Amino acid sequence: MSGASARIVQVGGPVLRAETDGVFRSNEAVEVGHQRLIGEVLRLDGNQIVVQVFEETAGLKPGDPVTGTGRPLSVRLGPGLLGGIFDGLLRPLTGSDESFIEPGFTIAAAGRVPFTPVVETGDELTEGQAFGKVVREGRPDLLCMVPPGISGKVESIASAGDVDETETVCKLAEEDGTSHELSCSQVWPVRDPRPARRRLPASGPLITGQRIMDTLFPVARGGRAALPGGFGTGKTILQQSVAKWCDADIIIYVGCGERGNEMAEVLREFPELEDPRTGRPLSERSVIIANTSNMPVAAREASIYTGVTVAEYFRDMGFDVAMLADSTSRWAEALREISGRLGELPAEAGYPAYLGSRKAEFYERAGRTEALSGAVGSVTLIGAVSPPGGDFSEPVTLYTQRNVRCFWPLDRERARARFYPAIHPLQAYSEDADELGQWWREQGYPEWDGHRRRLLELLGEQVQLERMARIVGKDTLPAPQQLALLNAELANEAFLRQSAMSDVDAFCTPERQIAMMRTLMRFIDRSHSALEGGMTVAGIAGLPLLRRVRRMGEEIGNDEVERFEKLQADIDAALASSGVVESGTESKSETEAGQETAT
Amino acid sequence: MSILAQDRTRAEIRLEDAALSLDGPLLVLKREIECGLHDAVEVLDDNGQSRLGRVVALRPDAIVVDIHASGRDLPISGLRARFHGAPLNFGVGPGLLGRILDGTGAPIDGGPPLAVVEERSVNGAPINPVARDLPVDFIETGVTAIDLLNALVRGQKLPLFSGGGMPHDRLAIRIAEHARLLGERDEAFALVFAGIGVSHTTAALFRNAIEESGALERTVMFLNLADESSAQRLLAPRYALTAAEYLAFTEGLHVLVVMTDMTSYCEALREVSAGHGEIPARKGYPGYMYSDLASLFERAGRIRGCSGSLTQLPILTMPGDDITHPIPDLTGYITEGQIVLDRGLHRKGIEPPIAVLPSLSRLVDQGIGEGFTDVDHPALSAQLYAAYARTRQVRLLASVVGEEGLSEGDRAYLEFGDAFEQRLIAQDAPRSLAESLEIGWDVLRALPAGDLTRLSDEQLARHHVKSTETGDG
Repeated sequence: MSGASARIVQVGGPVLRAETDGVFRSNEAVEVGHQRLIGEVLRLDGNQIVVQVFEETAGLKPGDPVTGTGRPLSVRLGPGLLGGIFDGLLRPLTGSDESFIEPGFTIAAAGRVPFTPVVETGDELTEGQAFGKVVREGRPDLLCMVPPGISGKVESIASAGDVDETETVCKLAEEDGTSHELSCSQVWPVRDPRPARRRLPASGPLITGQRIMDTLFPVARGGRAALPGGFGTGKTILQQSVAKWCDADIIIYVGCGERGNEMAEVLREFPELEDPRTGRPLSERSVIIANTSNMPVAAREASIYTGVTVAEYFRDMGFDVAMLADSTSRWAEALREISGRLGELPAEAGYPAYLGSRKAEFYERAGRTEALSGAVGSVTLIGAVSPPGGDFSEPVTLYTQRNVRCFWPLDRERARARFYPAIHPLQAYSEDADELGQWWREQGYPEWDGHRRRLLELLGEQVQLERMARIVGKDTLPAPQQLALLNAELANEAFLRQSAMSDVDAFCTPERQIAMMRTLMRFIDRSHSALEGGMTVAGIAGLPLLRRVRRMGEEIGNDEVERFEKLQADIDAALASSGVVESGTESKSETEAGQETAT
Repeated sequence: MSILAQDRTRAEIRLEDAALSLDGPLLVLKREIECGLHDAVEVLDDNGQSRLGRVVALRPDAIVVDIHASGRDLPISGLRARFHGAPLNFGVGPGLLGRILDGTGAPIDGGPPLAVVEERSVNGAPINPVARDLPVDFIETGVTAIDLLNALVRGQKLPLFSGGGMPHDRLAIRIAEHARLLGERDEAFALVFAGIGVSHTTAALFRNAIEESGALERTVMFLNLADESSAQRLLAPRYALTAAEYLAFTEGLHVLVVMTDMTSYCEALREVSAGHGEIPARKGYPGYMYSDLASLFERAGRIRGCSGSLTQLPILTMPGDDITHPIPDLTGYITEGQIVLDRGLHRKGIEPPIAVLPSLSRLVDQGIGEGFTDVDHPALSAQLYAAYARTRQVRLLASVVGEEGLSEGDRAYLEFGDAFEQRLIAQDAPRSLAESLEIGWDVLRALPAGDLTRLSDEQLARHHVKSTETGDG
């Protein structure tokens, strides 16, 4: 600790000025006032510093002390984070009996973790390598790693047993004699990305369990996605659904300036819900960072960085990590507020001119990497954006869109009809889709590219046809176009709609997504043949079977995928009942699909 | 947080003849004493009249005070300031219910002063998210469009988005009068009413309505009238919520807070911000309006281990009926849904004119369904929404091609839409949830079973039997 000290001379809102009698560095973390509030140096100005305070500043007085900590704003990263809930500065919210949060509350005592050594005295260790691990039943094994920038020979290592997270368990000596004391946890500055040996290309999708995302607009492991939507379009529910069901090893959920009651919901549900892959409570693979909208603004800004730092820490252990931030707009607004207090010249809509570069820096922290130790892991970033008035041309959405590869905009009209997830299939896109086709083919689904493109074309056609129908009337459209409208409606209802509240359909395995897509495509193919064979559109629309196809997501669960085959056979039967569909059609449509894949 | 009143107010310091400048409500004083940011200040003019304010900035040689009452008719010499040495506090106690107070908690009903048990900061403190209990208790409001489609639960904050000339006051009164847990009237309830910049007429309307319903002795009213200072408007909801928190979390009552009109609040915020010379964000409103509104709305909720709850029903009038205006927009991002009133429905004579499509209650999934209301309630609600959304499309189509140009299937939706608006949304008297559910199933019977894809076969068999023509399925 540098211990440099200063005295407050001026204070207003979350920003203060202090006169120094020591050396402060830019971005140094400081403790402010007698309550030791956490702050960060923003500017150095002669013998004065400008500090932003991450906590409520009411009651601060000129003359109150400001003490330097000698290092940038940092957090302690340790195995005990998993399963915990923290504020924006990674201070645990559990363990306090107080119902209300008072400024300056102290950090809880370090947790105890079961430590097992994996090295012996005399071993050579380099940065990032593990010297021990923390094994808890049913939970992922966590590593105790040598922090970046440190290496040496093991001088001593603790034996297996419960240890404090901050207690020294391993001593390293470098060749020049410098020695390092290591504990299970390490301190890292939140604004600096953690180093990795190299970046790796995407290898497969992050399966979210949401059909519209996985099948139409997939995100790669290590990818970046944005979820913009006006209020009430279902951002939070969708983020929570992804947090619950996606196939990442570790979930970092950052509630950034959002509702307290929603955090309460996450806190209640996560311990109760099971991870569909491991059967363990979801809370055991999650770290929750909660900074509700009435908690201090500056901490909201820090919470995003805190979250991604924790994500990188687990990535370095070799895990696939997904970080969900709800909502990054609140972070941008916090930047705007602090910038305004500093009297900076605003750019668009009052936001500071550096908003774009901050967003870019943040999203660059996503990626699939080979860690210093050689372990391969990834951080996938999924950020919600709350554009004012639902207008996607506002600065935060635009800057975000420029930095992400998957864009999942939510549509107000769909949300109003309670059609969830309300992602607009014609405005959404995924730049990862081309690379991920390979993965779907490996799952035994060679038609993926073709089916996906046909579905998108059908939805695009629907918009045009509806516009036309509004002028000439639906009944005047040629029969194939009427059928296209019917099929597009079916695609929405049967495939894209997925209720987060449903016991059966809240989460959809890739196998089931494939089966559902094939069922839908079977219906579309057969209905066209039936039309050619003389069946009327009204006849097809009147089929009792249609109701079963529309409801297949609700009726057929993840563990009974074989039932889709029966449904497909019933489709064949119903649409062939007019006696026109020959057995040859089957192979014809398969060939078509094959050709599409090839193109 | 339970430091007694006497301990705090004893730390008073006075400052005389220290004023440097006065610009609107902003008073700059020489920094001759020590004081903290946001400390409460009482400014006394040469006639001894006192006005409340707070320290908004501390500069090397000056203290900037924002006077909450108006800064009009103040001299700059002979001004005295009394520093409380603590943020603005409100003394709360068991005598609150039945009282009428002004925007800063002073009695205006001619009654005795309030008995103070505890002094609390009017700004409150954020509830620890870990200490929050999930709101799940369904409140029957008697309004079908709310109970059936956008259920309210205890601890929720659900605003009414309205517009000038629409019956939001009447709807709020109706909800406040009827609100109860399913079937029972709970004795441990209280109503806190915060009138923010309301006219004398509106204040009287609320007062009379509450009096008529016999709930006056379970009500506290905080009135900041339209002709009172705008800076005081920022305080009225804070005093009201401080009282509400005391009633809910100390006395264990189920408190419903009605705050009207949040638009006046936001306009006052803009006025004060402009006075401070701050850089505005959208439409001149300050960039921190989201955080500021959140500091009010987030005070709703339930706390583990407390039997009470704090439910908020704020009312705001959307300027120009524009839901994308910063006030409704930011509110919608903080609150757990919104009930939107629609001028078109109001014109058609449908009362209450609730536009169900843009309305939403985020906590609805926790409060309805098996174990809470009716097992088929969520599916019915989803189906009504889907069908009514389709009705809108069909109406659009009909407006171009005419009703004759519609297919028979589409025409059924026109019939459904009229029944939905005139029988389900419109109502003269409060309905029980059972009645609301029955009407919901009944209006759906205008549609063929094959179209009702949000309902399972079992649900159809249970409720859709009377359907005249199923068509298929």
